[in-house]
Amino acid sequence: MTPLLSVRDLRTWFDEEGRTVKAVDGVGFDVQRGETLGIVGESGSGKSVMSLSIMRLIPSPPGRIVSGQIIFDGHELLALDHDSMRRIRGRRVAMIFQDPMTSLNPFMRVAAQIEEVTRLHLRHSKADARAHAIAMLERVGIPDARRRADDYPHQFSGGMRQRVMIAIALACGPDLLIADEPTTALDVTIQAQILELIRASRAATGSAVILITHDLGIVAGMTDRVVVMYAGTVFETASTPELFARPGNPYTQGLLHSVPNPAAEPGAPLYQIPGSPPDVAHLPPGCPFAPRCSRAADVCRQQFPPFVELAPGHHSLCHFAHDVYDGRSA
Amino acid sequence: MRTETRPTAAADEPIQGTSLWSDAWKRVRRNRAAVASLAVVAAMVAASLIGPPIIEVSTGYTYDLIPTDRALVRSFAPFRGPGGSWSALHPMGTDIAGRDLLARVLLGGRISLMVGLISTLVSLVLGTAYGATAGYLGGRADEVLMRIVDVLYAIPYMMIVIVLLAFFGSRSPLAQLVLLFVALGSVSWLTMARIVRGQVISLKNQEFVLAARANGVRPVAVIARHLVPNALGPVIVYATLTIPSVMLLEAFLSFLGLGVQAPLASWGSLAADGVQTIAVFPWQLLCPGITMAVTLLALNFLGDGLRDAFDPRGRRSP
Repeated sequence: MTPLLSVRDLRTWFDEEGRTVKAVDGVGFDVQRGETLGIVGESGSGKSVMSLSIMRLIPSPPGRIVSGQIIFDGHELLALDHDSMRRIRGRRVAMIFQDPMTSLNPFMRVAAQIEEVTRLHLRHSKADARAHAIAMLERVGIPDARRRADDYPHQFSGGMRQRVMIAIALACGPDLLIADEPTTALDVTIQAQILELIRASRAATGSAVILITHDLGIVAGMTDRVVVMYAGTVFETASTPELFARPGNPYTQGLLHSVPNPAAEPGAPLYQIPGSPPDVAHLPPGCPFAPRCSRAADVCRQQFPPFVELAPGHHSLCHFAHDVYDGRSA
Repeated sequence: MRTETRPTAAADEPIQGTSLWSDAWKRVRRNRAAVASLAVVAAMVAASLIGPPIIEVSTGYTYDLIPTDRALVRSFAPFRGPGGSWSALHPMGTDIAGRDLLARVLLGGRISLMVGLISTLVSLVLGTAYGATAGYLGGRADEVLMRIVDVLYAIPYMMIVIVLLAFFGSRSPLAQLVLLFVALGSVSWLTMARIVRGQVISLKNQEFVLAARANGVRPVAVIARHLVPNALGPVIVYATLTIPSVMLLEAFLSFLGLGVQAPLASWGSLAADGVQTIAVFPWQLLCPGITMAVTLLALNFLGDGLRDAFDPRGRRSP
């Protein structure tokens, strides 16, 4: 079956003050229909730039998509004209942003913000759009939706606003939902509700989801497959159970180690990957993770690592991928 | 408080959506100073519209009627007739030519308010559209559009106006008036364009704008529905400041003899006339001057109230 979305060798660079920041540099992955793909990585690993590239919303200048293919349902998105791309945004690919406090227009009533999208894409009449907006608000769990439809965003709490964002994103029944850290700005209890809502919506509509996060717990609970990003490239991709059980990349291992273990001795130090994420404007010539990697050998510092297939659907960007996968120490 | 006792029939009816405007109106009504100012402005507009015909019917005076009786061609103080006797004929007195000052002040109100309103409307429409487009497009388009504004700024606006009026000025006072509107309108939108552009630039990087674009909203709709309403606060405040400033500019031009010409009158030209006789007939300056001051003050309070009303996030007076 052809994937719903297929990203190949995507490179999005930013020209800043004479230097080039390669925020996304050679990313590739597939999203199948109806599946949830998790994209994990530290801050600055290029997750958000990657998702904005898919939507073709990279501010240009300074940003530009240098090369690559983004094939969505048979369409090469990078070749579409502005109008065709606009008809895909919100209609077939929708996006939820990180901060619900700032991603709703403070001057529009919440229902109006849903109506705007459906009137645009589904050609709803005013009355239809209104009824649909209220139905969507009910679906995302806004209590007393009929009355609250005419509230302004500032009258809603953070979690409720994120529900409204989800209602907007799902209003046109998109095939793909890109959720860029949808719960990072929320309380833990609200996080669980929002994730449950995304899960339920996916189950109800069969839309595929790209869930961008840095929380491995969310990845474990929500996703079918995972893409691990580091320094603008894909370091590892595997099915979620496989990735957690048998990672094939030292960076993934480091990430998994970094998750606090509730069963650990109180006072035991928390593990952290030494060093900090690299400046993507000044990457070392070899593996970008080499300076922080405990296994790094000379070859890592000199040559960019190969993207090795470890098992069907399981790839890792590492000179020693097989050793890591098979559990052999350096 | 509404509770579950609402009838179910009502719940099935579509609820009428209310707009930003009706909501803002509700908040304006809660602001006493704004309501009072609105009443003053409305009264002034009404008086200048229906006042002159009423005066004409009741006293026979119009703004340009100079009495044929030579004894009446002189300045009477308010409520004073010939010989210093009490008279309700001229509540604001008369000017040196014996014309009824109230009729002239009301006609002046018509012209002054119209000059202020039309120029501000031009600056609102042109300036907002221009500035928002420049700010939203950014990059080279913004560069070019704003350099044009800079060039227009660099030419002293007074010179533009004077050249326009001197070049195309005709004998007819009415044609002169139209030219005045064009001239003032063409210079008053520059600052508005800059203000709106600045607002839009700071707004367009906010997430809700990105979210709107990610939902496929058209650029024109992004500007009109998402950017401009959020920039409305400063725009309204600046617009209310434009009205008095344009009215003052008009007064200055009228003073120079380039603006409104007799027998037409504006508050500016009436005040200019009054200044010449201030030592002898002070009411000829005070009547138009106070009328103008009260109107401008009311416009300022109204603008203040509107600014509060258009910001749903708060700054609500208790």
